[in-house]
Amino acid sequence: MAQVVIRNLNKKFDNEVHAVKDVNLEIRDKEFVVLVGPSGCGKTTTLRMVAGLESITSGNVLIGDKVVNDLPPMDRDIAMVFQNYALYPHMSVYQNMAFGLKMRKFERAEIEQRVHAAADILGIHELLQRKPRQLSGGQRQRVALGRAIVRHPQVFLFDEPLSNLDAKLRVQMRVELKKLHDRLGTTAIYVTHDQVEAMTLGDRVVVMKDGLVQQVGEPLELYNTPANRFVAGFIGSPAMNFAAVTVSDGGGALWAGNDGLRIKVPAPLSNRIGAYVGKPLTMGIRPEDLRIANGADPTDLSFGAVVEVVEKLGSEILLDVKVGGGSMVASVEPTTLTKVRDQVRLAINPDRLHFFDNASEAAI
Amino acid sequence: MIEGAKWKRWVFFYIPLAVFIFSLLFPFYWMIITTVRPDAELYRPWNAPNYTPFWTTRPTWEHVDYLLSETLFSTWMLNTMLIALASTAISLFCGLLAGYALSRLKFPFAGSLGTGIFVTYLVPQTLLFIPLADIIRNFHLGDTPWALILTYPTFLIPFCTWLMMGYFKAIPKELEECARIDGASRFKAMIYIIFPIAVPGILSAGIFAFTLSWNEFIYALVFLSSPEQKTVPVGVTSELIRGDVFFWGPLMAGALLGSIPVAMVYSFFVEHYVAGLTGSVKG
Ligand SMILES: Nc1ncnc2c1ncn2[C@@H]1O[C@H](COP(=O)(O)OP(=O)(O)OP(=O)(O)O)[C@@H](O)[C@H]1O
Ligand SMILES: [Mg+2]
Repeated sequence: MAQVVIRNLNKKFDNEVHAVKDVNLEIRDKEFVVLVGPSGCGKTTTLRMVAGLESITSGNVLIGDKVVNDLPPMDRDIAMVFQNYALYPHMSVYQNMAFGLKMRKFERAEIEQRVHAAADILGIHELLQRKPRQLSGGQRQRVALGRAIVRHPQVFLFDEPLSNLDAKLRVQMRVELKKLHDRLGTTAIYVTHDQVEAMTLGDRVVVMKDGLVQQVGEPLELYNTPANRFVAGFIGSPAMNFAAVTVSDGGGALWAGNDGLRIKVPAPLSNRIGAYVGKPLTMGIRPEDLRIANGADPTDLSFGAVVEVVEKLGSEILLDVKVGGGSMVASVEPTTLTKVRDQVRLAINPDRLHFFDNASEAAI
Repeated sequence: MIEGAKWKRWVFFYIPLAVFIFSLLFPFYWMIITTVRPDAELYRPWNAPNYTPFWTTRPTWEHVDYLLSETLFSTWMLNTMLIALASTAISLFCGLLAGYALSRLKFPFAGSLGTGIFVTYLVPQTLLFIPLADIIRNFHLGDTPWALILTYPTFLIPFCTWLMMGYFKAIPKELEECARIDGASRFKAMIYIIFPIAVPGILSAGIFAFTLSWNEFIYALVFLSSPEQKTVPVGVTSELIRGDVFFWGPLMAGALLGSIPVAMVYSFFVEHYVAGLTGSVKG
C-alpha cells in the first residue's frame, strides 16, 4: 500500500507533441483516483509514465516515498490492467496469473495458494485451465484483474479496462471493481473517457484536457462546482446547457438575458458577477435543474421555449427545446405530456446557475 | 463461398480452381511419369505409332537404380541436407534477434537499418557471387560445405529478419509491457512471451529458409567443384547432362527424390506454416 505523488510531470514525444503538461497529483494511500478526459488528452501517457513504460521528459513520480523515475517497471511494485487485457495467449489462465509470481521467484505452494485465492475472489475457478481464446470478453477481463491482484502490488493501474465490454457487462464489472477495491484497499489509478465510470468509481476524479489537469475533486464536487466550462460540460449526462447572455442592471438586481430569456440572478451569485455588468458571459444550467413551470413560478426565473424533440427514457423525459436563437435540453418528469412544437415555460433552479467567463472559461 | 446461380460457382470457382490445380500438379506428374518410363519409350519420336506421352504401360525402376548406384546422389542428398540445416539454423538465430531488435527497440537509425537490410536482400545473387567467390578463395573455403553454409545466410538473414520483423510487429506491445510489469526483464519477456507466440512465424521463416537453401543453384555451382561435394540441384544437372545429352530418366528421378524432403518439411509444418503466413495472433 502506498501513496503516489506526481510532481510537475511533463511528456514530450519526439520533442514535438507535448502530451502531458505540468501535471501535479497527490494520490493518497488506498485511494481510487480516476483520470478522465476526451480522447488524446494524455491520460494513458500519464499512467504509462507512472508504470515506467514511457520515459519522463521532466518532473517526478513518487511511489511510496521513493522517486521511481529511473526504476524499470518490474521494480515499481505496480500492476497494470490494459484495455485489450494483454493476456498471454499461449498460457492457460492459471499460468497467466502465476507468471508474475514465477518471475519473482515465489515458492510453488505460495503461487498456488495466491492464484486460487484470487480466482475465488473473482469467481473464475472453473476457468483456470482454459486458454485466453476460449474465454468471453467479461471472463478475460476477470483474468486480467486476477493477474493484477495475485501480486499484491502497492498500486493498481487501469487503462480503460472496461471499454471493450458491452454496456450491461460494463455496469456489472464497474460494481465489481468498486467492491474489489473496497475489499483490497490498494491504491488505484484508473483511466477512462467515460464520465459515468469516473463518477461512480472514483474517490476523487481528475479531469484532463490537452495534457492539462482541469480540476481535481470528489465526484459531487466536480458536478456541483465545476472549475471551468470544460469540466461543467464534460461531467454530467446529458451535458450542461450553455447560453450566451449579457448581464444588465435593473430594479436593484442583476439580470442575465439574451434574445430568448431573461433571468434574475439570485443574490449570492450577483455579488460575483457584478463586475460583468454590460458584458457578455456564458450561463450554464444542467438539464435536471430545469422543469416545466407552473403558475407559482415567478416569471423572472423562467422562460419560454419551443419543444423540438421529445426523448422518452422511461425514468425521465428529455426535451430538446429552442430558446430564442439557442437550444437547450431539459430533463422533466416522465409524466409530462408535451409534444413536438408545443410552447412550454421552463423554470430554473436558481441555486444551481453557473456563470463562466467568456475569455478564460473559468467559473465565476 | 460464392453466392448465387450454379453457373456462377462453376465459372468463378470450380473451373479456375481446376485450372490452377492442374497447372500446379502437372509438372509433378510429368516428373513421376518420366522417372518410371523405360528408355525405349522416352526417346521414341512423337510421330511413332505407339507414342503415349501421358502414361506408360511398362513402368521401371531402372532410372532410380542408375541414379542411386552410378552417381553420388546419396552423397549429394547428405551434403544438401547438412548445408540447408546449418545455414537455416544460423539465419534463423540471427534473423530472430535482429527482427526483434528492429521491431521493438528504439535506437538511432533503426528504420533506415531495416530498409538497408531489405535492400541487401534485393541485390541479385547473380551479381553477388562474383565478390563472394573472391572472399571464399581468400579464406580457402572453396569446394567445402562451409562455402555455402556461410554464404547462404547473406540472403537468408535479410529474409528471415524481414519476415520476423513483420511478425513481431503484429504482436501487441502490451503483452510485453505487461510481462515487464509482471517482473520479467526485456530478455525474459522475449523468451517467455514473444518467442512462444511467434512460433508460427519462426516456423515459416525456417521452412522458407530451408527451401531456399535446398534449391539454391548459383552459389553451389560456382563455389563447389568436386562431384562428392556437390548439392542435389548442381549434382543432378552437372552429372546427368553430358554435353548436349540429357539423361532424362535419372534427371527426373533426381528431381523427384530431391524434392521429397522439402515436401515432407512443408506437409509436417503446414498447419503452423499457414498460420504464420496469415500472421494471426489470437488474444
Ligand atoms: N508514442 C507516441 N508518439 C507520439 N505521440 C504520441 C505517442 N503516444 C501518444 N501520443 C500523443 O500524445 C497525446 C496523448 O495521448 P494519450 O494516449 O495519452 O491519450 P489518451 O488520453 O489516453 O486518449 P484515449 O482516450 O484516446 O486513449 C495524443 O495527442 C497522442 O497523439
Ligand atoms: Mg488512452
